[in-house]
Amino acid sequence: MNTLFGERKEGAVKIVLTSVDEYPEAPISLGTTLTNFTGDWRTFIPVVDDSKCVKCYICWKFCPEPAIYIREDGYVGIDYDYCKGCGICANECPTKAITMEKEEK
Amino acid sequence: MEYKPIRKVVSGNYAAAYAVKHARVEVVAAYPITPQTSIIEKIAEFLANGEVENLEYVPVESEHSAMAACIGASAAGARVFTATSAQGLALMHEMLHWASGARLPVVMVDVNRAMAPPWSVWDDQTDSLAQRDTGWMQFYAENNQEVYDGVLMAFKVAETVNLPAMVVESAFILSHTYDVVEMIPQELVDEFLPPRKPLYTLTDFDNPIAVGALGTPADYYEFRYKIQKAMEKAKEVIRDVGKEFGEKFGRDYSQMIELYRTEDADFVFMGMGSLMGTVKQAVDVLREEGYKVGAAKVRWFRPFPKEELYELAKNVEGIAVLDRNYSFGMEGILFTEAKGALYNTKAKPLMKNYIVGLGGRDFTVSDVRKIAENMKAIIEKGELDVEVDWYHLKR
Ligand code: SF4
Ligand code: SF4
Repeated sequence: MNTLFGERKEGAVKIVLTSVDEYPEAPISLGTTLTNFTGDWRTFIPVVDDSKCVKCYICWKFCPEPAIYIREDGYVGIDYDYCKGCGICANECPTKAITMEKEEK
Repeated sequence: MEYKPIRKVVSGNYAAAYAVKHARVEVVAAYPITPQTSIIEKIAEFLANGEVENLEYVPVESEHSAMAACIGASAAGARVFTATSAQGLALMHEMLHWASGARLPVVMVDVNRAMAPPWSVWDDQTDSLAQRDTGWMQFYAENNQEVYDGVLMAFKVAETVNLPAMVVESAFILSHTYDVVEMIPQELVDEFLPPRKPLYTLTDFDNPIAVGALGTPADYYEFRYKIQKAMEKAKEVIRDVGKEFGEKFGRDYSQMIELYRTEDADFVFMGMGSLMGTVKQAVDVLREEGYKVGAAKVRWFRPFPKEELYELAKNVEGIAVLDRNYSFGMEGILFTEAKGALYNTKAKPLMKNYIVGLGGRDFTVSDVRKIAENMKAIIEKGELDVEVDWYHLKR
């Protein structure tokens, strides 16, 4: 993922544990959030409409995770592995370029 | 090396402090609270006199901080100890979950003291039993010797299964009363309790970890299951460590419920902690008087020894559960546990709950005799008079 601000680290691969035996004995995560994706508990998902976006980056500043990155073309992208669906970006966007849509799971 | 015990006349609290010294604890973080204070005073004295090496003593401003410091030090890989009582233990409550959830083998002594109000400094088990669901193992000591032995075994068990453990002694009856305690020479303690091998450590900088990170609904559940598995494994470890202790030092702790003269007993008294000393003495007296009675002392309340209880319950007609504690809106806590453990089994002895000794009220051999008379009568009749008996109540 190429981003202008904050390259997402190499090796950020979600480890999906499917059996209790695969879990470590203690709840520790190796390499912090690299393998611990925190974006799987949202209900609504932000969707950006590039045609309305004016590249003000207010959403980027407000995102608490931060799950918003700035693409090489200057528009914003959302890293759904970490987006928690809080909707702050949609609320703050001055042009209403971001809408919150029910996520299909 | 041949085992020659070192006999010292010490209080229960000093017995705990000596065990901490002999266990070569590396970090103690504690806040003083009556009647626990003399434990940590004694440890501070060891440190001031240069009798312990490599001990970091962290004076903190509250019990919550004491446990927080213990958790940090334990996550770094140290052998860690603290001690508390009553309101202090209640203040730690939130942190107790952090210790067990992060699978840290912190060991603490809780000096059982009644919860206020009314303000009280005397014996009552409600403080520790209220921590039942925090994921801590709990060992109840009958006398000063068991405080000393209990602390040493607690470290070994806790560090084997990576869960924290609480050694519980009663306020004043043990904490401030002097008795002969057989201590183990340092070299033999070192053999019994080698240095801790932590599951993980925060100070392994080549392998950085995050402790206490977010566990989403996709993963939280499995970690809870792992704690339960560790508790189940702890039962085996407790029995093995208790047996090893007996072989090495002559005091066998392989039974999670210590049975005293129960073989042919019609009914037994069941309880925990110092009051069981009185009960055992009473059993001897009652046996002379023709009662076929025994005592069942629950040593480990968590993990709960269901199996031993079932074996006992199959062979007796009645169990008098003595609770020096109370769960308001229900009944004595051990009573609930014991009845619950037997519900799906075929053992159906008559079980009656006697609430005794709350807030330090004396509980004597003649009290046990009165309870025995009552138990005998209800067994003959085949039904309970009342299920929960507030035994001492001024009526
Ligand atoms: S919904 Fe919240 S977490 Fe997701 S991108 Fe927007 S501000 Fe960030
Ligand atoms: S706040 Fe709206 S307009 Fe501004 S960069 Fe984000 S999406 Fe584009």
